[in-house]
Amino acid sequence: MTWNDVVFLLPEIIISIGASLLLLAPVVGWRQRETSAKWSMLILLGITALTVIGCSYWVQEIPQSRSLAGMFALDGFAIFFKLIFITAIAMITLLSDDFLRESRYSVWEYYSLLGFALCGMMFMVSGMSLISIYIGLELMSLSSYILAGFFKNEEKSTEAAMKYFVLGAVSSGILLYGISLIYGVCGSLNLLDIGRALSTIITNDALMFGVMLLGAGLCFKMAAVPFHVWTPDVYEGAPTPITAFLSTASKAAAFSIFARIFYLALHDFQLDWSNVLATISALSMVLGNLAAITQDNVKRMLAYSSIAHAGYALLGIISLNSLGLRGVLIYSLVYVFANLGIWATVLMLRRHEYGGERVDDFEGLSRRAPFWAFAMVIFLLSLGGIPPTAGFIGKYFLFAAAIQAGFGWLAILAVLMSAVSMFYYLRLVVAMYLREGREADVAITRPLQIVAATCLIITLLLGIYPTPLINQATESSRWIGARAAIIPHAGR
Amino acid sequence: MGILNIVTYTPLLGAAVILFFIRSDNPKMIRYAATIFATVDFIVSLFLWWGFDPNASGSRLFQFRFVRDWIPSLGVKYDFGIDGIALLLIVLTTFMGLIAIVSSFSAINFREKEYYVLLLLLQTGMIGTFCALDFFLFYVFWEVMLVPMYFIIGIWGGPRKLYAAIKFFLFTLAGSVLMLLSILALYFFNDDGIPFLHIRGLGNGYTFSVLQYHNIGHLIPPSLQFWIFLGFFFGFAIKVPMFPFHTWLPDAHTEAPTAGSIILAAVLLKMGTYGFVRFALPILPDATRQLILPIVVLSIIGIIYGALVTLVQKDMKRLIAYSSVSHLGFVMLGMFALNPMGLKGSVIQMINHGISTGALFLLVGIIYERRHSRDIADYGGLAKQMPMYATLFLIAALSSMGLPALNGFIGEFTILLGVANRNIWWAVFAAIGIVLGAAYLLWLYQRVFWGPLDNPANRTVRDLNRRELAMLVALSAVMVWIGIYPKPIFEVIEKPVEYVMGKVDPAYMNRPPIQYPAAVAEAEASK
Repeated sequence: MTWNDVVFLLPEIIISIGASLLLLAPVVGWRQRETSAKWSMLILLGITALTVIGCSYWVQEIPQSRSLAGMFALDGFAIFFKLIFITAIAMITLLSDDFLRESRYSVWEYYSLLGFALCGMMFMVSGMSLISIYIGLELMSLSSYILAGFFKNEEKSTEAAMKYFVLGAVSSGILLYGISLIYGVCGSLNLLDIGRALSTIITNDALMFGVMLLGAGLCFKMAAVPFHVWTPDVYEGAPTPITAFLSTASKAAAFSIFARIFYLALHDFQLDWSNVLATISALSMVLGNLAAITQDNVKRMLAYSSIAHAGYALLGIISLNSLGLRGVLIYSLVYVFANLGIWATVLMLRRHEYGGERVDDFEGLSRRAPFWAFAMVIFLLSLGGIPPTAGFIGKYFLFAAAIQAGFGWLAILAVLMSAVSMFYYLRLVVAMYLREGREADVAITRPLQIVAATCLIITLLLGIYPTPLINQATESSRWIGARAAIIPHAGR
Repeated sequence: MGILNIVTYTPLLGAAVILFFIRSDNPKMIRYAATIFATVDFIVSLFLWWGFDPNASGSRLFQFRFVRDWIPSLGVKYDFGIDGIALLLIVLTTFMGLIAIVSSFSAINFREKEYYVLLLLLQTGMIGTFCALDFFLFYVFWEVMLVPMYFIIGIWGGPRKLYAAIKFFLFTLAGSVLMLLSILALYFFNDDGIPFLHIRGLGNGYTFSVLQYHNIGHLIPPSLQFWIFLGFFFGFAIKVPMFPFHTWLPDAHTEAPTAGSIILAAVLLKMGTYGFVRFALPILPDATRQLILPIVVLSIIGIIYGALVTLVQKDMKRLIAYSSVSHLGFVMLGMFALNPMGLKGSVIQMINHGISTGALFLLVGIIYERRHSRDIADYGGLAKQMPMYATLFLIAALSSMGLPALNGFIGEFTILLGVANRNIWWAVFAAIGIVLGAAYLLWLYQRVFWGPLDNPANRTVRDLNRRELAMLVALSAVMVWIGIYPKPIFEVIEKPVEYVMGKVDPAYMNRPPIQYPAAVAEAEASK
């Protein structure tokens, strides 16, 4: 490990040391200091974010800097996603604040696990080798399993964690098996080497099988049909801030790594794969959206909607062009912030212990908290892809990418399904605005307000003036784009 | 600054002022503020007409242009500009928007603040849609309209408002996302082509500029034009609404509050027909000419089926809603006669329908406020009780059925001229529709206003108050004005219609003038 490696890994090093320190805090007798736990976490995230931004200046000078013997890359793509992850985790920290105060569990462990999950995601998105990606993915997953079952005395939470863990472990095994097969055929775990090898090797069964297993493992992580069955139960059972984590940061991490592997390693393998993934994408959109219509539980509804969103994100991955790559970046950001805004609003409704779980709980929110009801409408419109919200820009890129790549039928299906998705998003709007009588129970605290307001500003601002986001995405995707021979430039 | 920006964003400014500076427990103030902003907007739109040059053609056809970069990396521009057709529709929008706001004073008595804010937002969306000369911008405004209307129907609507609001939203959204795909297909065609259809692009770069597509329309291969047309067709035909896609309309109209119905009938339905004139016809000439027959057939079915269904309605508002299906069938038929006369009639009929049907919805809303019933069977002999109301209803009904000296006649007559010129049988069907139109309106009038005043509840109904009278007199004045002196309107649409015809059927426009037979020519000469 050279000095260079240390600089490159500085954000990950900081967050892992910090997370370990958080774990030690109860030992020195700070067990009950919940507020200091929150602030420690936020300060830690702040320092990490600053380090990442510092690294981004470094990257501008050396556009393709790799370290750890080529296993770790610090490119614009990684930095873009790392900043999304850090912001999302910071928001989830804010969302967790009041939620945890009422529970009897150690908040330090909770934040520490979030920190480790973040470390895993950040390491993963920089991974240039299948093995470093796998390690990052596992660090993230293991932390998520524990977090999903964090309320260990609650039946639902434990059940969710158990399901998540068993299925997740199986999928990790599948992923690992796929990786080993690919290694056997290509002779390397490095994404660029695999990409090079694939352009010369004649496709054989072992390779097909390996890529198939790799794809299946990744589809599990991003909850695409038919690997989605865990999603509704886990989302419903997990503590709401953790559901927010699973449906935003964790999901975006899966998008990012899927995109990186396919754009860097498997772009020459595309022809065999695009149709399979197109089918998965189509199934995810159809099943996710149709199943969401009938849900009365908001968490389950959003779980199915997140399955559909995995289908949309896949559009950007299979199209393998610069619009698609930028689409994945833009869509991830847009999706994360719209979703976090929704979760903040859900947490404002605390009728039962779990709070804001049923669609009915939203009834009358427009009278109790008109501003936050309005914010919720904007978030829902953004998820549905209605202009002038940022969601439209994200969907625009993905649909355009699909058309450009020749997936006309998929684009038609995708737009129709996004119309269908408005049907269940509107159910919440109907509950908030159009139902008479009941008044929603709300507990609007400052941290929730901060999260919802930030998400609202991002969603509206980027919807009306998306140029900075698009330029940043173009810049960030340049290196991968060049590697996959789809160099982004103005207008493409 | 751009006068079009002022027209477009004045209502938005009004919405912001009401939202942030007026308390919701002061409905009077909210009403006044909304009225003031709508009036200012109307006056500005009249200035627009005053400054409009009807003789400008060619590259100066689209006036008051305001072009700025918006999202340069995608080739999206903020591009505003209007021709005569858009001008008329904008003036119609600001006029009917004002009427809608004034008509809500007594009809809306809860959650006023949200209501007027949404109404003003809707107006910004509608005007922006007519101004936009960039597809991306157009699409944004097009979708922006959807949300306020959804809330207006959903919150202040009738008993089945939730069903109607969601149906309206989803129908329109489904159409507009397909339209988005068509826009994207054009976008790619202009630069690098569409791989899965094996169509090579023009290499002109990425742009959403509508005028650019007007210029390259004839270069698009007919097979691609067909698919793009289909996408546009779904987007616009649902909005019009044409025959098989009309089912959202009776529900939305019937359940919407009066002002919602007025706006819906007067402006929102015109979005569809405007879309055809502005985008589908000039950009996709081959597909348009190829698909004349199916669209004409659907229009004729719409005219006759719409009229027949109207005839049997028992609810006044539903009756007028269905009559829109029939009237919009006329507009589409005139447009797809694809000759200048038909197109002119079609544009004029868009304006006429907005005013006449808007007035009829307003009238139904007025009686509903008094009696809380829209059942035709509940009325009879109202002419004795409410003479002013009866008179103004008669004017609106006569205008809607196309009596000479009122506006409807001008539109229908011009459409019939154009259609007959293309195919006499189409005109015959259209004429049947006119007869049926007279039947259902006169029958409605007879049942509501004549006969004995036998329902005791109707004996105490007040006649119009000053506010209602002012609105209806203003509307009637416009009807009479267009009926007697339509020249200013024909004047501004002359060049745009020429422009559209030149794009969609250049051969028609370039053909030599009609040659009279020798005998007629001699007779002419000997005079």
